[in-house]
Amino acid sequence: MAAEQSEKKPTSWLRFSSPRNFYPLAGKMIPWFMGLAIVLVLAGLYMTFFVVPPDYQQGNSYRIMYIHVPAAWMSMLIYLLMAFYAGLYFVLNVKLADMMAGSLAITGAIFTFIALWTGAMWGKPTWGTWWVWDARLTSELLLLFLYLGYISLRAAIDDPNRAAKASGLLALVGVVNVPIIYFSVKWWNTLHQGASITTNKTSMATEMFITLMIMVFAFWMYTIAVVLMRVRNEIIERERDTNWLVEELGKEK
Amino acid sequence: MNWENPSQFFAMGGHGLYIWASYGVLLLFILVEIFAVKKHRKDITRRLKRLMQARAKMVEKE
Amino acid sequence: MFSVINLMVRRDILLAMRRPQDVMTSLFFFIIVVSLFPLGVSPEMEILRTIGPGVIWVAALLATMLSLGRLFSADHQDGTLEQMILSPQPLALMVLSKCVAHWLLTGIPLVILTPLLGLLLGLAGDEIQTLTLTLLLGTPVLILIGSIGAALTLGVRGGGVLLSLLILPLFVPVLIFGTGAVSSMNAGMGVEAHFSLLGAFLVLSLLLTPWASAAALKISME
Repeated sequence: MAAEQSEKKPTSWLRFSSPRNFYPLAGKMIPWFMGLAIVLVLAGLYMTFFVVPPDYQQGNSYRIMYIHVPAAWMSMLIYLLMAFYAGLYFVLNVKLADMMAGSLAITGAIFTFIALWTGAMWGKPTWGTWWVWDARLTSELLLLFLYLGYISLRAAIDDPNRAAKASGLLALVGVVNVPIIYFSVKWWNTLHQGASITTNKTSMATEMFITLMIMVFAFWMYTIAVVLMRVRNEIIERERDTNWLVEELGKEK
Repeated sequence: MNWENPSQFFAMGGHGLYIWASYGVLLLFILVEIFAVKKHRKDITRRLKRLMQARAKMVEKE
Repeated sequence: MFSVINLMVRRDILLAMRRPQDVMTSLFFFIIVVSLFPLGVSPEMEILRTIGPGVIWVAALLATMLSLGRLFSADHQDGTLEQMILSPQPLALMVLSKCVAHWLLTGIPLVILTPLLGLLLGLAGDEIQTLTLTLLLGTPVLILIGSIGAALTLGVRGGGVLLSLLILPLFVPVLIFGTGAVSSMNAGMGVEAHFSLLGAFLVLSLLLTPWASAAALKISME
């Protein structure tokens, strides 16, 4: 009893690296992040469809940009974040860091696919073709392959400890390679002088910028919420033999 | 306001198909993702509960 | 240090010589994949000459990838790998020697066959020369990067397909600069930049990948 109480004192942020403390905290945070995500998405959608005017060159198709750009940004940031958590797992040897990395991967892969899909949907009316082997689209496709490799490796190994270490190493190898891959794809693209997307570099109107930022934040909030949900599932699976989890689940019913 | 009536809104100046396909697929993926995570949670908690009931029974028998 | 490498390389080559069919299979695969392209695309020499360097590079890349499954599996099965991990010599050094032996056994034959396949696809003399040199520099990089994937997927179910999924995206830079050298030469831009970048990849992967592979092997053998 005494030990339990001393554990509850906030000593440092590291306290939340134990699944026992993190599980209820995440449970409290999820509704807030999800709520914020919904509010921001609704505001962003309103701005996208009713406030910003059509582009004078591309017409209405450029409204796809408001989900394409956030999805592409998220796909890259999530990969970096995933590798960061993988590194944290090796440095601190904290299981929770690995759970975060694994939970981020699936959402990252989804956003990578969304970025490719919306890119194609924007490309057809804008340059008349669904797909162009341009540097950005090609690297995004390779990023999707990196995510799929990571997810498959995790899924193929049954022992959670080995899966954590093996996939963590793969994430670190991947993140070292991402800049090399990106620059070689860019080089390849300029050498072949293939099609390159030139977005008009005219300064973005303020309301367009605000709309884009709202959408970016909405994507962030959604990512945090859904990743926390997935981490909580992981905790339940891995800590199912502990008493605190049973108590915690009893409280929720 | 950009649109005078709903049909104009859905047509999006001729780009409706591309725009709604983009937003629709995004919505679909998000809904499927949330649904999958929630279903996973339901499955594992149910499995855990059954396990505990089985354990309780074993204790009772003893 | 060099005595360890020397010993390990000799051992691996001796073992491979007793089972030459393993080495031959990936070589035959290389030849067959390249000869499928005239049948699949077009026998037109102009077209074949354009796609030739890329076809040979992709085929070499796939042949290397297929052979990577064997890099550690034999030693894993007969327990030698455990002895290696327990031995006082650094594991990274042994991984490096295994990669060197693997390159001598599967990389070098690919490079030797390249001029012949280049002729089949109608490449000119200087193109064949450049292509062969890029493969000479590129195949060791492929094997070194691939060794990480081979170590990670050791003993995992569906390891072969998984291995290709893990490492093919990492092969992309090597592929780009390998085939890029030939097109750059034809465009009259010189090949120095491509060769120095391939050389840089080789040095970097020689320095870094054995450590990563050694760590991966330890993870897989726990």
